[in-house]
Amino acid sequence: MKQLACDVLVIGSGPAGLAAAWEAKQQGAERVMLLERNDELGGILPQCIHNGFGVREFGDDLTGPEYAYRWIAKAHEARLEILSETMVLDVGRDRRVVASSRDHGLVEITPRALVLAMGCRERPRGALAIPGSRPAGIYSAGTAQRLVNMEGYMPGRRFVILGSGDIGMIMARRLTLEGAEVVAMLEILPYISGLRRNLVQCIRDFDIPLELCTTVAEVRGRDRVESVVVSGVDEQWRPLPGTDREIACDTLLLSVGLIPENELSRMAGVAIDPVTGGPYVDESFCTNVPGIFAAGNVVHVYDLVDDVSENARIAGRSAGRYVTQGAPPEDGSVRLLAGTNVRHVVPHTVHLSRLEQEAVVLNLRVRQPIEEPVRVEVRAGDEALVSRRYRYARPSEMIALTLPSALASRLAAYDAVNIDVIS
Amino acid sequence: MYDVIIVGAGVVGAHIARTLARYQLDILLLDKASDVGEGTTKANTAIVHAGYDAKPGSNKARFNLAGNAMFDTVCRELDVEFDRCGSYVVGVSEEARATLEDLYRRGLENGTPGLELISGEEMRRREPGLTEDTVGALYAATGGIVDPFALCYAAAENAVANGVELRLETEVQGFIWEGDAIVGVETNRGPFRSRWVVIAAGLWVDDLMHEAGLEGFTITPRKGEYFVLDREAKTAVQNVLFPCPTPVSKGILVTPTIHGNVMLGPTAEDIEDKENLSTTAAGLNEVMTGALRLMPQLDARWIIRSFTGLRAAGSTGDFLIEIPDEVQGLLVLAGIESPGLTASPAIAEHVAAMLGEAGLPLVERPDFNPIRHGTPRFSLLSREEQEALIAQDPRYGRIVCRCETVTEAEIVAACHAPIPARTYDAMKRRTRIGTGRCQGAFDTPLVLEIMAREYGVSPLELTQKGGASHMVVRRTKEVAE
Repeated sequence: MKQLACDVLVIGSGPAGLAAAWEAKQQGAERVMLLERNDELGGILPQCIHNGFGVREFGDDLTGPEYAYRWIAKAHEARLEILSETMVLDVGRDRRVVASSRDHGLVEITPRALVLAMGCRERPRGALAIPGSRPAGIYSAGTAQRLVNMEGYMPGRRFVILGSGDIGMIMARRLTLEGAEVVAMLEILPYISGLRRNLVQCIRDFDIPLELCTTVAEVRGRDRVESVVVSGVDEQWRPLPGTDREIACDTLLLSVGLIPENELSRMAGVAIDPVTGGPYVDESFCTNVPGIFAAGNVVHVYDLVDDVSENARIAGRSAGRYVTQGAPPEDGSVRLLAGTNVRHVVPHTVHLSRLEQEAVVLNLRVRQPIEEPVRVEVRAGDEALVSRRYRYARPSEMIALTLPSALASRLAAYDAVNIDVIS
Repeated sequence: MYDVIIVGAGVVGAHIARTLARYQLDILLLDKASDVGEGTTKANTAIVHAGYDAKPGSNKARFNLAGNAMFDTVCRELDVEFDRCGSYVVGVSEEARATLEDLYRRGLENGTPGLELISGEEMRRREPGLTEDTVGALYAATGGIVDPFALCYAAAENAVANGVELRLETEVQGFIWEGDAIVGVETNRGPFRSRWVVIAAGLWVDDLMHEAGLEGFTITPRKGEYFVLDREAKTAVQNVLFPCPTPVSKGILVTPTIHGNVMLGPTAEDIEDKENLSTTAAGLNEVMTGALRLMPQLDARWIIRSFTGLRAAGSTGDFLIEIPDEVQGLLVLAGIESPGLTASPAIAEHVAAMLGEAGLPLVERPDFNPIRHGTPRFSLLSREEQEALIAQDPRYGRIVCRCETVTEAEIVAACHAPIPARTYDAMKRRTRIGTGRCQGAFDTPLVLEIMAREYGVSPLELTQKGGASHMVVRRTKEVAE
């Protein structure tokens, strides 16, 4: 097997991988290598032809391909070593990576630091166990997006979209613009799961009927989807008897959630948080395996690509420093626990000596929406160490909270603190 | 003019075709579906049964035992994945002890080798995730798991390689008669004449029997719903686990599959519609409840797919394999439900013998080759073997389905196999694309592109499973092809 060596190896060249690799190089890592399974860089970005990318990162409102292109130009400028059309088959605890490609066959790469940036995947129909037949015409929203935007084929003519994730909403608009009919978007929750701006710009502006607290109770059709039976749901998300109705359609799109893609992480012995589906990380985005870092949606699913790039940079910087300065000293740390109405917090732990040097931004998601002013607090016992006011809290919009460096000395008294979101 | 027409290219028809291909005969294998094995063969529990539970003296018992004994050879010859891993019937109540003993005795009477009654503690030692209520189990050393799709297409491919003609999307609509003798079939693609017609039409056999003037035998589609679990579940399930059986079915199993997943099911519900392959909320709920009774810690988050299969349950409760007195030139196989997959190679031998006795000259072909080589499955090979393959054909280096690690070369090979995988589902059964945890979300556009290229057609012509099951319906912007 061909053996390759490098300082930092990044798996995945989406917005996370590009930013992490670039940043590792800026930190002085000499040989930074980027692996991508597709024939072009950018991960999912090339198929995201809508705008809304890069306002923070580049100060421009860009499309996905444009956003990718800016980063790819930076990657080439920084002389990153790029292996595209290369799929990783195996990762060991010792960071040894085996990858396969048409051009190079199997290659084994042992980097001094590894960044996991494989992104996320869509939750499939099977995971929902929707009853009914199994005809053609059931796609996840992202697969439909690739078919339409990259391959130039329409997966159907008359669509029902289950789930109100961002890709689902964006595809509702896209399909409408391509002359298809989107007859309904259904969301099982009492609120949408994607961003508000997409609700306005993709659903309301195109008069697409959105039904909350509603799900697909059955798929019908032999060869192609012929209809779906939709039904209201109770608080336990079970179909409510008597609320059924049949909607004729030839395609059902699913936009029912994204799952961080961590099969390779598990192979490497990286511990996974069952709540986020991603690795447990500290403030440097280091996993439990020394020298293995995680960047972007592999950690937890972000709302915006700008957030992905920004946080991935931290992972890349840490990986770069890991090879140029060695492993940071293991010292006191505090665990951050999801408290009242908080689903999860990233990072999971913060090292105090590093907090002393630099503020740490926490990203958290709430469980329940609160449509009135809330306080986001870092609490130890009865004491609120940090308390900040926000106008509202929604599960679909990640909350960022800064831990100032000055807090390090106060946190030293605790093993763990709670993060609460309260009205 | 053929010597034999076989109607139905499921696992039974395919094995009959392969067995008859040993002889100097002109054979036509017909199926109305777009691929072989599209009926009961593609949706069942994929278990090679040991044969302890069939009624002693029945055809089911006889052919189960005989078929089971043939599996090592057949799967080796046909390059089909098979694991004789043993199986367990697990008792979880005091009454179950008696049932287990009954099954054990019946197994001895059937001549099932390798049966052993074991204690509840021993069973839980072998399968730690089993319920604490486990009181004992019947171990059957000859039980196993197999790739049911491959068992069918490999036999059919081997038949084709040995001269059998296969026609898909060819539906028998009636028979050609000469007096009381059947001398062929009428189909949607015209008439085909033959000396013998063998009906192995699964769910539809009673309709064809009726067409042939045979009365009394009926098929009831018995629905079985299943869940397929992610490979991750394999950490929690080591063995093939049956609950104690009921009169209508073997109960909700928890079983590893040959491909490394875990399968739960099936339910057993008699229905009327032979094409109703839908799952139901109640059925899926029953599957999970039943499985949890054996393995309480199974996690519903492991579910990646659900499906329904229909058993061709015959009115006599046994396999019917006969040359009816009333009609000449006809051999009928009916009611081949479980353990039909296990029995299929033995049934095929028996059918050949019956035809021989009835006057069909069985002259061996000197050039018959029982060996079929499947396409190497990249994901199962050592790194050295993988490297060697990529060196031979770089398309082995391109992974198209990441969850199941399927390469472009495997997809291309399935396009050019003796029985080409014409549909996406056929491709799934050949290569395992789209069967993993993302369920095709990643590979679908890539596979469409490769299949369109290899077959020289537009993606607009490709279907999921034949008929009108097109996967994409038009170009964007209405661009002309």
